Amino acid sequence: MTIDTREDIKLSNAQIAWRAAQDIADGAYVNLGIGFPEMVAQYQPPGRQAIFHTENGILNFGEAPKEGEEDWDLINAGKKAVTLKPGAAFFHHADSFAMVRGGHLDVAILGAYQVAQNGDLANWRVGSKGVPAVGGAMDLVHGAKQVFVITEHVSKKGEFKLLDKCTFPLTGVGCITRVYTSHAVIDIKGGRFVVCEKLAAMTMDELQAMTGAPLHTDGPVADLVVPQL
Amino acid sequence: MDKTIKSAAEAVAEIFDGATVMIGGFGGSGAPIELIHALIDKRPKNLTVINNNAGNGRIGIAAMIDAGLVKKMICSFPRSSDPRAFTDRYLAGEIELELVPQGTLAERIRAGGAGIPAFYTPTGYGTELAEGKVIAEFDGRSYVQERWLKADFAIVKAHIGDLHGNLTYSKAGRNFNPLMCMAAKKSIAQVSQIVTPGEIDPEIIITPGIFVDGVVEIANPQQEEALIRAGAAYK
Repeated sequence: MTIDTREDIKLSNAQIAWRAAQDIADGAYVNLGIGFPEMVAQYQPPGRQAIFHTENGILNFGEAPKEGEEDWDLINAGKKAVTLKPGAAFFHHADSFAMVRGGHLDVAILGAYQVAQNGDLANWRVGSKGVPAVGGAMDLVHGAKQVFVITEHVSKKGEFKLLDKCTFPLTGVGCITRVYTSHAVIDIKGGRFVVCEKLAAMTMDELQAMTGAPLHTDGPVADLVVPQL
Repeated sequence: MDKTIKSAAEAVAEIFDGATVMIGGFGGSGAPIELIHALIDKRPKNLTVINNNAGNGRIGIAAMIDAGLVKKMICSFPRSSDPRAFTDRYLAGEIELELVPQGTLAERIRAGGAGIPAFYTPTGYGTELAEGKVIAEFDGRSYVQERWLKADFAIVKAHIGDLHGNLTYSKAGRNFNPLMCMAAKKSIAQVSQIVTPGEIDPEIIITPGIFVDGVVEIANPQQEEALIRAGAAYK
């Protein structure tokens, strides 16, 4: 039996990023993982300004400079050129990861290969082949007050990404607090997936069929509503 | 006191076969390209190199690997926009890799410089990178014991240095550089300008000269990213 992964109604990556951005408070200190999570910065609600941290030693960096105006000593963790906002600060790597592990960040947002119902995350390698590279992923999952994952609900091959137990090598144990997917917003509470929001065009049974662990509810499930982007 | 070294070649002259060398920088930011290239000219063998990455393109650390100088890399992220130098040697079994989470790498270097032989971190607990390591519980949570990292030499890039070795940095080019200066027996900084003591406001000194053994002036340092975009190779 193949499950219906409801590709017809799923949110785009931009819409997933938009939804996660709505949960970042004004003045929050936030680390966005390299790649997809970086999109979250584009969708901060009007009137709110988060302060973004990059592992290589900048707080309050801004957008990319114009082509030709790059300063290659002013880059982010993805090694892309950035600019500074007023109130930016530089620091060395030990201080940078003190901010991470020491509980000073409000939010960290990462991508995922797999998330388990107890909050385990697998996002750094899928097997033992090739060159392993971890970067700051294993550090970033520890210490931020909230650790969010943004992800498709199922993999491109239609395999579960939300599972009872991760099968890929772990990045961290019991570290994820909330998952924003292409179909739902799901909290991790007490070792369980608790659905907060889901797309109105699908049933809980359909969402459950796309999920590799039992889904729970804790009060009413709201509609997951995002703008066209 | 005058810690000035006259040339990049002289700055790396003591780096011997089999040495452990910390090289500053995060990607190209804060990377001491001229000192690395001077080291390639000297061609020491069997080096253990500590850096966040493992080189990019055909210059800098990648060119050291291409030249066969590196026996082992200790790093967090041996990937880049053009990782062929490391990848080819690694997949051929010609270079060792000790993969360390980035924050743990920074703290191990800091600990090495601070006289702290080991510490406990939550990072990596329950993952394959913690296998075989001592685990201890503190206040109900499990932590991994990590050991200090020290080196025979550190070569780093700073911005302004004075004759005492006091250093300032340029923007995010700071990264691992101040930590590495602390953790090596001999630390050498290339700087854009050497000034006399007193010319740098003590309030803005990031690395005090006690951690620095030599400064060499490279007035207009090259940037790795610009060299890569230009398709440069160093041999």
